[in-house]
Amino acid sequence: MKWILLSIVVCATAVSDILQSHEMKRAGEHSMGARGIVRLLKTVARRRNLLLSIVCLAVSFFAFMALVQATPLSFAVPASAASFILETLLAKLVLKEHVSARRAAGAMLVLGGVLLLAR
Amino acid sequence: MPALTSQIAAVNRNRTLRTYSLLLLFVFLRPLGNLCLAWGTKHFPQPLAADPFIYLRAMLHPFVALGIVMLILALFTRMALLSLADLSFVLPVTAVGYILATLFGQVFLHEQVTARQWLGSVLIFLGTALVGSTAQNTTAYGVETE
Repeated sequence: MKWILLSIVVCATAVSDILQSHEMKRAGEHSMGARGIVRLLKTVARRRNLLLSIVCLAVSFFAFMALVQATPLSFAVPASAASFILETLLAKLVLKEHVSARRAAGAMLVLGGVLLLAR
Repeated sequence: MPALTSQIAAVNRNRTLRTYSLLLLFVFLRPLGNLCLAWGTKHFPQPLAADPFIYLRAMLHPFVALGIVMLILALFTRMALLSLADLSFVLPVTAVGYILATLFGQVFLHEQVTARQWLGSVLIFLGTALVGSTAQNTTAYGVETE
């Protein structure tokens, strides 16, 4: 059961992150001041992909809640970072971000660390 | 011309400062939120299943509720962060939060964390340091006017 929950967390997080990053770049810079949060909420309400990303995030969150209840925090949190490699790949393929060798190596180290933590 | 150059430098400095402030806020909010959530759900008597009513009841537990509030704030912080920097920069740098979560698990929830798991934490630190030294924004997105 924990692997099914983990798969749901990883896939839903990846889809949510890609949608969020894509839409927020198009929406322009936002800050975290009082006015910034209001503007951020307006942006979320206006953009369908951002709403969809929040639905994915909710799915991921409820699966994570069940995962964190059933397994140790020191497993659930690092294991859910397995989404990193999928997301870095999608950032390059879908968002057309330039993932330099240095960034890719960093992401791979992070992934290696996450795998060791999860075992 | 020198005035324009110093203005551009000031804007860049301001942007970098904002990026790193949001990064710092996010890095602490998320693991603390996760800790509260874990504490709350582990002290909740029923297992969370597909039943939405059990979820709703669990969300009324004070620690679960506090964890959710902190995670929502972390989400907003990260959305603001994503408007400033690339996803492939943001993701690995914020991985430091995973190490904090492991530490919190060991310290506050008394979980056993093996040497292998700590080796994993060191690898994550090395990875984040490497990614943190690359450019923050590499895409040329056209910002849509409202």
